[in-house]
Amino acid sequence: MPRSLKKGPFIEEKLLRKVEAMNSMNTRSVIRTWSRASTISPEFVGHTIGVHNGNKFIPVYVTENMVGHKLGEFAPTRLFRGHGGKLADKRSRR
Amino acid sequence: MARIAGVDLPRGKRIEVALTYLYGIGRTRARQILDATGINPDLRTHELTDEDASRLRREIEQNHKVEGALRTEVSMNIKRLMDIGCYRGLRHRRGLPVRGQRTHTNARTKKGPRRAIAGKKKAPKK
Repeated sequence: MPRSLKKGPFIEEKLLRKVEAMNSMNTRSVIRTWSRASTISPEFVGHTIGVHNGNKFIPVYVTENMVGHKLGEFAPTRLFRGHGGKLADKRSRR
Repeated sequence: MARIAGVDLPRGKRIEVALTYLYGIGRTRARQILDATGINPDLRTHELTDEDASRLRREIEQNHKVEGALRTEVSMNIKRLMDIGCYRGLRHRRGLPVRGQRTHTNARTKKGPRRAIAGKKKAPKK
């Protein structure tokens, strides 16, 4: 179920403040954040945001298409290296 | 012969059902269209007058997205997800379920027929 419209989108205030500060000064730098749940608002477009994936910060370059999604959608938390392969094959034969 | 949005409607069926042969129109939409045009839903397709058919055609063209246009929209939405590299897009790329379903078992609709794993022994029969 989507979030109530009454509340508006959730954006971590600190993060939004930082982005707006950068917008007013016209600077660009990577902002690191743990706030994966924050919605991407139109102000973010053109910035690069380091989104924590539980291990490190994934640089996400925000484009117009991404507005309305959450930051966490762009920093996968799981790494799938594939099943099987030689090692797994040997182990299963024993 | 009623041909709407490039699809032939089956002749013998009630028009309410016949309209659902169009991609993008189910029973609910069909009902709405017939209400809007004031056509009796119990009529069979071959009983429609030419005037009825053209009213239907106009109603569908103006107020509903069907067939090719709808298919393009859907695939564009999916393409957008894939292009921006978000989680849902990644799932589409890999052909796995997008909405958080389990993949340990099941998920065969998305994944397709089972692929045999090399070197795996079959369970012994009792």
